[in-house]
Amino acid sequence: MTEMPKSKGSLLVQDARTKQRNNSESRFKLYGIAAISVGLLMLMILLFTIISRGAGAFQQTYLTLPVQLLADKLDKNGNRNLDEIKKVSTFGYAPLMSAALEAKVAEVGIETTLKPKAMADILSKDAAAQLRNFVLAKPETIGTSLEFKFLTNSRVDGYLKGRVTRASIANDKNINAEQLDLVDALIADGSLGKQFNLDFITGSDASDARPEAAGMGVAMVGSFFMMLVVLALALPIGVAASIYLEEFAPKNWITDIIEVNISNLAAVPSIVFGILGLAVFINYMHLPNSAPLVGGLVLTLMTLPTIIISTRASLKSVPPSIRDAALGVGASKMQSVFHHVLPLAAPGILTGTIIGLAQALGETAPLLLIGMVGFIASNPPDSIASGLMSPNSAMPAQIYEWAKRADPAFYERAWGGIIILLVFLITMNAIAVLLRRRFERRW
Amino acid sequence: MSFTKLATSALAIAAVSATAAAARDQVQVAGSSTVLPYASIVAEAFGENFDFPTPVVESGGSSAGLKRFCEGVGENTIDVANASRKIKEKELAACAENGVTDIIEVQIGYDGIVFASDINGNTFEFTPEDWFTALSDMVVVDGELVKNPYTAWNEVNADFPAQDIQAFIPGTKHGTREVFEEKVILAGCEATGAMEKLKEANGGDEKAAEKACITLRADGKSVDIDGDYTETLARIESNKDGIGVFGLAFYENNTDKLQVATMSGVVPSTETISSGDYPVSRPLFFYVKKAHIGVIPGLKEYAEFFVADEIAGPDGPLAEYGLVSDPELAATQAIVADENAMGGGS
Repeated sequence: MTEMPKSKGSLLVQDARTKQRNNSESRFKLYGIAAISVGLLMLMILLFTIISRGAGAFQQTYLTLPVQLLADKLDKNGNRNLDEIKKVSTFGYAPLMSAALEAKVAEVGIETTLKPKAMADILSKDAAAQLRNFVLAKPETIGTSLEFKFLTNSRVDGYLKGRVTRASIANDKNINAEQLDLVDALIADGSLGKQFNLDFITGSDASDARPEAAGMGVAMVGSFFMMLVVLALALPIGVAASIYLEEFAPKNWITDIIEVNISNLAAVPSIVFGILGLAVFINYMHLPNSAPLVGGLVLTLMTLPTIIISTRASLKSVPPSIRDAALGVGASKMQSVFHHVLPLAAPGILTGTIIGLAQALGETAPLLLIGMVGFIASNPPDSIASGLMSPNSAMPAQIYEWAKRADPAFYERAWGGIIILLVFLITMNAIAVLLRRRFERRW
Repeated sequence: MSFTKLATSALAIAAVSATAAAARDQVQVAGSSTVLPYASIVAEAFGENFDFPTPVVESGGSSAGLKRFCEGVGENTIDVANASRKIKEKELAACAENGVTDIIEVQIGYDGIVFASDINGNTFEFTPEDWFTALSDMVVVDGELVKNPYTAWNEVNADFPAQDIQAFIPGTKHGTREVFEEKVILAGCEATGAMEKLKEANGGDEKAAEKACITLRADGKSVDIDGDYTETLARIESNKDGIGVFGLAFYENNTDKLQVATMSGVVPSTETISSGDYPVSRPLFFYVKKAHIGVIPGLKEYAEFFVADEIAGPDGPLAEYGLVSDPELAATQAIVADENAMGGGS
């Protein structure tokens, strides 16, 4: 052995090379911190944008208004026959609204040259439908005067939220300055104002003529039924497949091919599953268009590889000594798997499943092709079968749909929908993290 | 255990429903994104006022909708196709091939196509000639056919400001594109005399000359938008020089962001369109599969409700949203009431 060259420096004083190495280490740390800061900054900007643009959707402007339910307009024959009352369409209710607003204006003493019909234009088109539904539910109220809380037009709502200003309406045909004067007077009177908007969370979609009435509720139910289908199919199939592949299947070229294909499937773009769903479930199996069942089946195909991969990983992480011990005391292969390996792998499997579900919940592309994106304003389903079969949308599809529409009020609702979707995703991921923390065993 | 139960019951439901899927009880509509807002307004009011469920309305463009419409007859095909143009012979043939023979054509009204740019930008007064000269692939310069050399609007027309040419026009799957080609580009082609030159170049073949007219430049000055008008609006917001093609109703909902250009000196509005003064307008249609009437509950009622005076009339909600109502609505109502299919067939 050659002798070590004599060091000329001291351990207490850094020589040039050590300095260089230390410098490069601290530079690397700085790069890391910079990378994380950029990531955090992006996240902050994203969250700030979403919340600042979407928070408005959770509040809506309402007008409290007493309405005379005139019997000669709503029930001409006066015999309170529900079928006859039904014949009066929402258009027949519109005059009641203008009359009510005219009376209100006179009562408060607002001076305006607006015609009653123009006054009623500050109300939502949904108001007449709301009134009609109320009368159909309670025909005995015809002839009385009751106080209602109506949605206002999206322009009025935008005025209260600062989206619409007196300057911006110069060319707008949907509202004029005089109507805004009326709105100001009604705000001063206290009958018009913003309130928490529960309908946004529970309601159904609305047409372009009344963005103020649109809600996420029915789309949420659609998403729920799709997730139910995904859970009911992907979990048992995925777990069974991975247990067989991991514990029982012989290791040969066939299983190798299967393994490679599963990994490839996990990376297939989701739109491909949509095309497959259209071809197989709708065109071949004749399942209905726009049904959450079909959406669920398509998303099951998409989620299966994710679940199989995570299940196999958690089965693999159970040490072989557990299996050996079980086999050693006389358990059969199946007993060793179901009594010992599976319970130990369960937290990992559940985590993988929840993350797979969260991914499926946020998926829009495959739904485009099976008719779940569009104007789907159904009522909430009344049974499990109709929940699966009757047309419905899904949360991300609803957001996409709103973002496309002309009225800027829908844009706000799209952002609001993103907030709701994010709350669901964060909750699901938090549950996954908690499960892992609580039950995962380290060896 | 509960999972296996859940899984089997779900599978059972799936199996049962696969056989019982023959019970669709709501009308399914797809097609033009221009007609979508009107169709959804009607669908909503229909769901409110009738005991039938609210129809499902999807968009995707006229061609896409008609393609799905022509896929065949049966519960898993759509009942109504919305279109911002007339159905083509080729599409009728495709329909017939798949057994879709009796089709009721319903014209709901007119829609204007407007040219709009950023509200704070320059104001334009266009003519079809300007658009042809700005966007066509081949133009006439000094009596010669040349590849379009223009890059700024003031080169196209000396009255215009020196703004870069950047147009956002609907993609080919939209019915709006066809109207734009026919009423603006082709009209401009004829007016500038390029038509004659192109005819010469094509050996007198008029069809080929027309095709050459509507071939637009592909150097990025004209961008096809395959999405909806919201995408066109977003492009203009990010590129202030951009000029986009919109439906009148879309523009009227976004007057705080867009300013509209006049065409041949006429400002687009429901009045100028219904009087015929504004040149770029087109009828809107929906097509009903006659074979589905009586099978899908509410289909005929939906079609009748759509063209009823209180909906599609001049004071109805559709006109309020931007539709120019059809003066011959009564004739349309009769067509729907009698279920008169196209081509005189019953």
